[in-house]
Amino acid sequence: MIDIMDNKPRRRPFTIAVASGKGGTGKTTLALAMALSLANSGEAVALLDADVEAPNAHLFLKTEPGQALEATLSVPQINETRCTGCGKCREACAFNAIVMICGKPLVFGELCHGCGGCRLVCPESAIEEVPRTTGWLESAETNGLSFMRGRLKVGEAKSPPLIRTLLKNAPQRDWIIIDSPPGTSCPVIAAVRRADFVLLVTEPTPFGLNDLKLAVGMVRAVGLPFGVIVNRAGLGDREVQAWCRKENIPIMMEIPFSRDIARTYAGGGTLLDADPDKMKVFVELALSLAGRGA
Amino acid sequence: MKQLVILSGKGGTGKTTVTASFAILAGSCVLVDADVDAADLHLVVKHEVRESDNFISGKEAVISEELCSSCGICRNLCRFDAITEDLHIDPFSCEGCGVCARACPAEAITMHDSDCGRWFISDSAFGPFVHARLHIAAENSGKLVSLVREKAREEAEQKGIGLILIDGPPGVGCPVIAAVTGCDAALIVTEPTRSGLHDMKRAAELTAHFKIPTFVIINKADLHDETARDIETWCSAKGIKTLGRIPFDSAVVEAMSSGKSLIELPEAPAAAALCNIWREMLSETELLNA
Repeated sequence: MIDIMDNKPRRRPFTIAVASGKGGTGKTTLALAMALSLANSGEAVALLDADVEAPNAHLFLKTEPGQALEATLSVPQINETRCTGCGKCREACAFNAIVMICGKPLVFGELCHGCGGCRLVCPESAIEEVPRTTGWLESAETNGLSFMRGRLKVGEAKSPPLIRTLLKNAPQRDWIIIDSPPGTSCPVIAAVRRADFVLLVTEPTPFGLNDLKLAVGMVRAVGLPFGVIVNRAGLGDREVQAWCRKENIPIMMEIPFSRDIARTYAGGGTLLDADPDKMKVFVELALSLAGRGA
Repeated sequence: MKQLVILSGKGGTGKTTVTASFAILAGSCVLVDADVDAADLHLVVKHEVRESDNFISGKEAVISEELCSSCGICRNLCRFDAITEDLHIDPFSCEGCGVCARACPAEAITMHDSDCGRWFISDSAFGPFVHARLHIAAENSGKLVSLVREKAREEAEQKGIGLILIDGPPGVGCPVIAAVTGCDAALIVTEPTRSGLHDMKRAAELTAHFKIPTFVIINKADLHDETARDIETWCSAKGIKTLGRIPFDSAVVEAMSSGKSLIELPEAPAAAALCNIWREMLSETELLNA
């Protein structure tokens, strides 16, 4: 017997990253709603929680994902019998992760970016690279979708390598929805870099607008197609909408502020629990972004 | 000199609103916006910039197309996927390690200083205000946080001010670590949501790691009473004192929209709650007795 599903031509995944400059605007809420709506309509979806410093999506999927992979960074280890103390490794390190103490190199693993430069310059082949754990990839098949998250080890400074590992190991499905970290610097770039479309979530307040402008600057600099979702519309003013109009930025959706939605979220419910009719709207939005609209 | 950092783990719980109000309640302090990625404190603190400069940090590789022999060695060595298939540098991925420049047999790659942002020292009604703007998609946010904190310490020493108030970034990564190290106390602003609780635990784990006395307040507390109680239960089990609850109050957004801090709307219930929390904070710590 032939498995029809298996013979279905797989399309290249379409990746939507949900991001924002300001934290707490509703990234997780919207990424979940988008992923669950697609999964519900029979699409093959992977949801990635790339907010590895504060990963929350699993709380709403009511699942404790199991460990899939330990995420590591390669840091140097000095073979002391071979090391002659020439100091070339210290000179090569752009991140001050190697210091010379009493004529011998000492490695500060937490400053190391894992570039491998020290090993390349060592004339004695005295440097080996050993893995240092920066976090974990954890996954679950749940709610009709494939979920994977990165979880940064508390006390670990660098999240971008973990985010890149997450994206590289993501389950390959027709849709990849990424819940990004907040901000506009390296962790966000790592999360949105390869997305086909970025949904920027904001709230209609002066903080929301200020941080939206930064986020728009970020996606424009990287050259990614994007649109805006205004969450909690009606809470503050209309400045966000006015600015988007002026800048010719499409507003893909407005979600009115409601204490009901806020309370549902607080208790661990999703936007779709509060408003099931939204499911259709998210599926239509996703299909139109992927060029599969009706 | 004492330093208090305001954290949250989860973004959008009210760090900036709380910090701006504390500055007014303190009367005199050095105020720091350490959320250099998405700085908002300057929107609600009236200030005049007195001093500012570029933040140059780290390096960025540049390939000379004339000298490049297209051997691809750089691309094979780069661990950051920062060299494209057609052998161009992707500046958003380049971390400035210099491996490519050293390995290039044609010497076609040079390392250039990277302009990552701008920092400011401003004057406000209650004292110096140190803030910064990381350039879009720039690196080194942690170093910029360390720099603004250094400037703040200098200001405090020169002017004999005993308190530094730091508005922290969300998360627990590099800029947050730079914002909390060496602080005398940390106040975590959380909200009664499952995410708020989850991320507060991670923030508290971080401050415990750095052995910083930690306090918690619950913003928008009446949104979900059960979760608010869960937060208080978890904190008390961990020996962390919750200093109070702030009710959900539309005055928070009103204040923001008029460029004011919440405490400047004294009739607002949330403002009254904040005043009590500040008094609690003072009785629990030695913040004003430096």
